[in-house]
Amino acid sequence: MDNGGSRERDYMLIVGAGKVGWNLTRELIDKGNEVTLIEADRERYLTVEQELEHRVLYGDASELWVLERAGIGRASMVIAVTGDDEDNLLICQVAKDKYGVDRVIARVNNPRNRQHFELLGVKPYVSATDLILRLIEREVPRYGLVHLLDLADAKIEIIDLLIGEHAPVVGKRVDELEMPKGSLLISVLRDGTGFVPTADTTLTAGDEVLAVLDPRVEDELTQYLGVDEGTAIDRTPS
Amino acid sequence: MLILIVGCGRVGSSLARTMLADGHQVSCLDEDPDSHARLELGLDSSWEDAGGQFTVGTGLELDALLTAGIEDADVFVASTNGDNTNIVIAQIAQLRFRVETVITRILDPYRAEWYEKQGLRTICPTRTAIEMLEHDLKEIAAARPQEAYDGG
Repeated sequence: MDNGGSRERDYMLIVGAGKVGWNLTRELIDKGNEVTLIEADRERYLTVEQELEHRVLYGDASELWVLERAGIGRASMVIAVTGDDEDNLLICQVAKDKYGVDRVIARVNNPRNRQHFELLGVKPYVSATDLILRLIEREVPRYGLVHLLDLADAKIEIIDLLIGEHAPVVGKRVDELEMPKGSLLISVLRDGTGFVPTADTTLTAGDEVLAVLDPRVEDELTQYLGVDEGTAIDRTPS
Repeated sequence: MLILIVGCGRVGSSLARTMLADGHQVSCLDEDPDSHARLELGLDSSWEDAGGQFTVGTGLELDALLTAGIEDADVFVASTNGDNTNIVIAQIAQLRFRVETVITRILDPYRAEWYEKQGLRTICPTRTAIEMLEHDLKEIAAARPQEAYDGG
């Protein structure tokens, strides 16, 4: 099983074959990477396996032998995107500290748990590619606002929020918006398609927008983009 | 000594009663309010009247940990029914709250071994069961005539 040290392509392990993991795997394979996706749910595994075949592995990546069977020893990157924060956290911790994987990316599902990732030294590694790949994510949240990414060191975060029906910005063009200082709209997801808004893009109710921002203006931005009242917003107290 | 036990199942609740009876302060944290009843098994009074503390919440919620008294705890026991939860909350207790003694129940022997090396004090019931069974089986095997190995 040992393929020796020198490899031309990166070998990546992705854990969790939800929408994020599956799409990410597909995209990374298309970009020429060698990828193995690990999924712990048998039903889900069988569904995904029809498309990805041998590139998806059935098992619980919390268990060390599953990671080893997936070849973690030669992985240059581990991306844990399951729906369970504890799993994501520990998989990345073990990848980094036990197996010496250089880069790990963990998905944080509940923003309240970000501090635990920080505490255990599991930090998301982010690149432009990741941002683009995240646009593919089509999990429309039950919450009005979802933190996709949090670059705590850089004091920048990316949030995903739904434009409410009665939001003051509905019907406004992007160049008419008065976005809080320190925030920027980076994409709009509408009818299943993601695009980068231009000055003449008009926002409509139901648009899901991604914004990059200074965490300090999060409240202001959320109010401005008008998440409907009564929508649960899960947010870490500052 | 204040002992904070997170996860009030069979193990946690039994431990809690014993340590309370020994005269220690015991605080329990569990996400299931019904687990309170387990604490009172065999007690003549309520858990609180007996001197115990009980908080509803998870070990990932800092507020719940604070309410349960983690800042004053001398010992932290992670005994929920999930290995991952135990490993995460034990590290929170150790790294964030600097609890002097942190003990973690980890069922998976391989991870128990690795986290032990990382400085977590772990109890692995699976490993204990394996060792006891091996010991018993070897004794049983040694007491039997060696018929299976004839002509080995």
